[in-house]
Amino acid sequence: MAKANDDLFEYLIRLGDDHLILGHRLSQWCGHAPTLEEDLALSNIALDMIGQARSLYTYAGEVEGKGRSEDDLAFLRKEHEYHNLMLVERANNDFAHTIIRQLFFSVYAELLWEILSTSGDEKLSQIAAKARKEASYHVRHSAQWTIRLGDGTQESAARIADAVKTMAPNIQEMFDDDAVLQRLVQTGVIGDVAVLKAAWHISIAEIFSTAKIDTDLLETVAIGGARPGRHTESMGHILAELQYMQRTYPGCQW
Amino acid sequence: MVELATKHDKELENLIWKIAEEIPDPEIPVIPLGDLGIVRGVEIDERGRALIKLTPTYSGCPAIQLIEDTVRTALENAGIVAAIERVISPPWTTDWISKAGREKLRAYGIAPPQKTSSSKPALFESDTPRCPRCDSIKTQLVSQFGSTPCKAHYVCKSCREPFDYFKCL
Repeated sequence: MAKANDDLFEYLIRLGDDHLILGHRLSQWCGHAPTLEEDLALSNIALDMIGQARSLYTYAGEVEGKGRSEDDLAFLRKEHEYHNLMLVERANNDFAHTIIRQLFFSVYAELLWEILSTSGDEKLSQIAAKARKEASYHVRHSAQWTIRLGDGTQESAARIADAVKTMAPNIQEMFDDDAVLQRLVQTGVIGDVAVLKAAWHISIAEIFSTAKIDTDLLETVAIGGARPGRHTESMGHILAELQYMQRTYPGCQW
Repeated sequence: MVELATKHDKELENLIWKIAEEIPDPEIPVIPLGDLGIVRGVEIDERGRALIKLTPTYSGCPAIQLIEDTVRTALENAGIVAAIERVISPPWTTDWISKAGREKLRAYGIAPPQKTSSSKPALFESDTPRCPRCDSIKTQLVSQFGSTPCKAHYVCKSCREPFDYFKCL
């Protein structure tokens, strides 16, 4: 029983960390986006993602049973205790990089939430059913921008191609399998995630074809196997900013 | 004795519904919580303790904490102590916005959701709500995300006014 809970906790933390870190990255655009409308859009998506992370962390704390709150999990872990994808740490860089990072993750998240909405774990299925609806708006947002930029000017097409090349090594890690996932699939906590990779590539190919982006750009050597606690250099910088208030004023509340 | 308690419980339950449903939404004060469909249930247990269930519109709705505090205070002012539970299932949908609520939104300048939540939009399809000011159907999507997570930003090509659209969820 303890083992089953350990696996579920680990899975909730992975998913929560993905959403928290990407939500944080998007929040860094607040006040800096190319237009006011886009500033609002990116902040709204950040809000959705951080809200989803909160649900996941709160539940993770309950599953763990050590009395850790959503805030404890979000703000008071060390770098290696965050088990997010490296993709979500990637720098905002220019707008094209932000959009491609978001497209890759949102397409993955929408498909994953769909699978998790039929999870054998009731609470996880509830979180997923709510998040799935929100994620479909995120996919539409980044897909529409991908097309506008990919099929836009020479400059925008070059930038979006550069963004795809930059993020491509982080595609495979979304579909990496390990013992934790296998046990969760076996016990029915998560559905068949093996179908994710093919479904993701179909969706992306469809968007890329409209956007006139070469899908060959997706083929590259993967950086990955990152899940348990490996990070890029960016993570320390992200955490320094994210955790500053809680580290400086322990227990500080709004 | 049992019957008396039941009658009292029913009255208390109704009173809690009434108080909670009339509280205005903090971000769109023209629409009360009842019309928004976020009051999901009131329960009185066998010992007479009250529980009220509220649901956020979006996972990241920044107003939910304030809404819970406001409901708690309003109930306390009426002499009622009730526990508040945040529920997320079934997930909130714009289908739960009442007919009266939709009319209040329109009168306030926010176009109400057009479709049902089950009609999942195609990737490049966008709704064409009527302009809440001049009723024109010549409206155009500016941004999928408006001033709050639950709204999209539109502009009317007839009267040229920008407006918010409560998007389907």
